[in-house]
Amino acid sequence: MRLSGSDLACFRGGRQVLSGVSFVIEAGEALLVLGPNGVGKSTLLRLVAGLAPRSGGTLALDGGDAELSIAEQTHYLGHLDALKPSLTVDENLTFWSRFLGGGEGTQAALAAVGLAGIAQLPAAYLSAGQRRRLSIARLIIIKRPLWLLDEPTTALDAAAQAQLAGLMREHLAGGGLILAAAHGPIGLAAAKELRLGGAQ
Amino acid sequence: MNALAALFARDIRLAIRVGGGALIGVLFFLIVVTLVPFALGPDLALLARVGPAILWLGALLASLLTLDRLLAIDHEDGSLDLILTAPVTLELTVAVKALAHWLTTGLPLVLAAPFLGLLLNLDPTATGAVALTLLVGTPALTFLGLVGAAVTVALRRGGLLVAVLVLPLTVPVLIFGVAASNAAIVGPLRFGTPFSILCGIALVCLVVGTLATAAALRHAMD
Repeated sequence: MRLSGSDLACFRGGRQVLSGVSFVIEAGEALLVLGPNGVGKSTLLRLVAGLAPRSGGTLALDGGDAELSIAEQTHYLGHLDALKPSLTVDENLTFWSRFLGGGEGTQAALAAVGLAGIAQLPAAYLSAGQRRRLSIARLIIIKRPLWLLDEPTTALDAAAQAQLAGLMREHLAGGGLILAAAHGPIGLAAAKELRLGGAQ
Repeated sequence: MNALAALFARDIRLAIRVGGGALIGVLFFLIVVTLVPFALGPDLALLARVGPAILWLGALLASLLTLDRLLAIDHEDGSLDLILTAPVTLELTVAVKALAHWLTTGLPLVLAAPFLGLLLNLDPTATGAVALTLLVGTPALTFLGLVGAAVTVALRRGGLLVAVLVLPLTVPVLIFGVAASNAAIVGPLRFGTPFSILCGIALVCLVVGTLATAAALRHAMD
């Protein structure tokens, strides 16, 4: 499997947010998008997920399921957690798993992110880090080959960051792809880097 | 199908839990209709004559009140992003959301209408006619509102704008809803004539509302 973007451009709100961005991610590889604030890291991720308009360039996922769009083979972990405060932790995860075509067995996924003990707690009572962990549980329970992670380590403590790094390594070892926007290392030593900004 | 059933169950559950707002619309309906006899005075004949129109106006305004919860909340917490990456047709997704919304906010209005009819001195025939027209008309209002909610989804505090956008579109529903109710009470038209047109309008709203909403959401990403 191989994700390639060439000469990608995005025009939003009367402004050229991205232009001439090219990258290739092979199966088992991670690409780290780096750059100062406002340079378009998040926009690039949203563009790949099909959530932002692509005004130029080409984007292709070779070797995936031909019947599914790129977005449908993608996990998008953005700044927002997509959690409903009045539903419990377990109900939130169960819903996304069913709606996005994942498997059953939320307990195992919750245990993997260290939330098994509070599965019946309404999500309103979760801390920022716990909300993040619950979002990450979504990546485990629903199998999709491409992970788009927008500053995934935000609000996570050291232990949770290590847990996330372990999950990412496992995903890569299984032939998955990761495209992550970050300001620093996210615990993947072998990640390639794509630097945005400067020229633009 | 499983995905849509999960979405339906989630939306129903969210609406009836604390803070879900399922009862807001019906309480507003109750208050508006209760206020009318105080404003008009105890003229029973007058109340019976304007009763269907009051019930329809109350239901129309009450159904607008909850529209901002329909899509804006999912947009604010990021759920909409994930919904757009799901392997489910967006048209079906929004139709299911609207159906769940109608069951929790529109159907209670229909069920409350016969009781409120008592306050307006409506006889059983008139009450039945109003309830029947509301049963057909409120889904149309929900699906029209859905379009307004989708168009304003990216705006913060777009609630009032939704009302301004949607209200003009609801005029045909209102006209034929009240016309059918009045036809059943005083004639001279047969109830069936305006009622069939109301049913037709409702079906058009169902189809056009769903397609327009999906198109608006896809465009909102741009």
